[in-house]
Amino acid sequence: MEYAKWIREGKLPVSSDWNKDLGIKFTLQDPCQLVRKTYGDKAGEDMRYVLKKLVGEENFIDMSPNLSNNYCCGGGGGFLQSGRKEERRTYGKIKFDQVMATGADYVITPCHNCHSQIHDLQEHYGGNYHCIHFWTLICLSMGILGENERGHLGPDLEDFGLD
Amino acid sequence: MTEEAIKISGKRTSRFLDKVKKILPEEGNLDACLTCGACASGCPATGIDGLDPRKVLRMAVLGMDEELTTTPWAWACTMCTRCMYVCPMNINIPQLVFNMRAAWPRDERPKGIRASCDKANSVDSRSAMGLTGEMFSETVEELLEEVREEQEGFENLQAPMNKKGAYYFVNQNSREPQMEEDEMVPLWKILHTVGADWTYSDKGWAAENYCLFLADNEAWEENIRIKAQAVEELGCKVWLNTE
Ligand code: SF4
Ligand code: SF4
Repeated sequence: MEYAKWIREGKLPVSSDWNKDLGIKFTLQDPCQLVRKTYGDKAGEDMRYVLKKLVGEENFIDMSPNLSNNYCCGGGGGFLQSGRKEERRTYGKIKFDQVMATGADYVITPCHNCHSQIHDLQEHYGGNYHCIHFWTLICLSMGILGENERGHLGPDLEDFGLD
Repeated sequence: MTEEAIKISGKRTSRFLDKVKKILPEEGNLDACLTCGACASGCPATGIDGLDPRKVLRMAVLGMDEELTTTPWAWACTMCTRCMYVCPMNINIPQLVFNMRAAWPRDERPKGIRASCDKANSVDSRSAMGLTGEMFSETVEELLEEVREEQEGFENLQAPMNKKGAYYFVNQNSREPQMEEDEMVPLWKILHTVGADWTYSDKGWAAENYCLFLADNEAWEENIRIKAQAVEELGCKVWLNTE
């Protein structure tokens, strides 16, 4: 996780000050591919380190279960392309419930499959959360997120920091 | 069901399970199941098509090969490996499922996955959306120019293409250049801020590999080999797979 390394080295001056008063809540999807299947819990810990730096410790709410024990979102293994939409959403219900239980406004989805699937689950089951990548939040926290780069942000943040 | 299972298990020598065991390290521990059910209770695919990982493994052990190699459940399991992670015997169910997929005739495997794999292997970029290296370069170039002109502080933003000897080889999921190009900019800004020495490549830049999900061993190997070659040709040290 290069982001964590760069923050530790002081190269990436992120901060969570922007969210002090807003108190927007964030949770995190551990992609199976990255955590359970490849780098293990260490990658998950790194992502949590980054996220807490970005939004404030108190605004991060973890899913349960998490890290290597996390549930697959249901977008993986080609499920999104397999044409079995109904089954895919049945599979994903457990993930949807897990996200909803955190009460978070945003889910960080550091994988494209997770992003598409968790977003689709939100629309299908009527959730009230948004899915974004780390890069969006990193730039937002440093005040360098451009106007056109906010496609996945909710109304609460789509103008944040723009003059 | 019980009757049928007993009948088929008579032909043990040609069991599908035995074939799979041969190709897996430690035989995937496929014979070690305690039927504890830990896998099934924590599997999101449990219940789909009336199956779950424990049942599937039982079918394999009982030699119900026909059912095993035709059930669409093979495409409902995402091979996420959670079952294996919680299994007390470390049984490799995801690999069993991979081989169940591979047992399907190629042209009967899900069309969407097959098309993504074939498309990727028809272009130099390995993009499952068929976006060529040239199209990718153009998109990047135009967008970069726009940001440089319009965004203060980023007049010198870089998005190098085919830069020899760069430290990071950065890949990109096709969805961005194809459907939401603006999503690439925050990443460029981050790389710019930390002063990273990085490059894109017009060859093999696409991150996705559906051939793996298709369980087409040859095709996914070709896919990954071309990408690794692209990294080597530019002499990059780190292959950075983006979010
Ligand atoms: S968790 Fe392992 S031992 Fe238990 S039923 Fe599943 S495969 Fe068998
Ligand atoms: S790998 Fe397949 S069987 Fe195992 S938990 Fe994941 S979806 Fe279920």
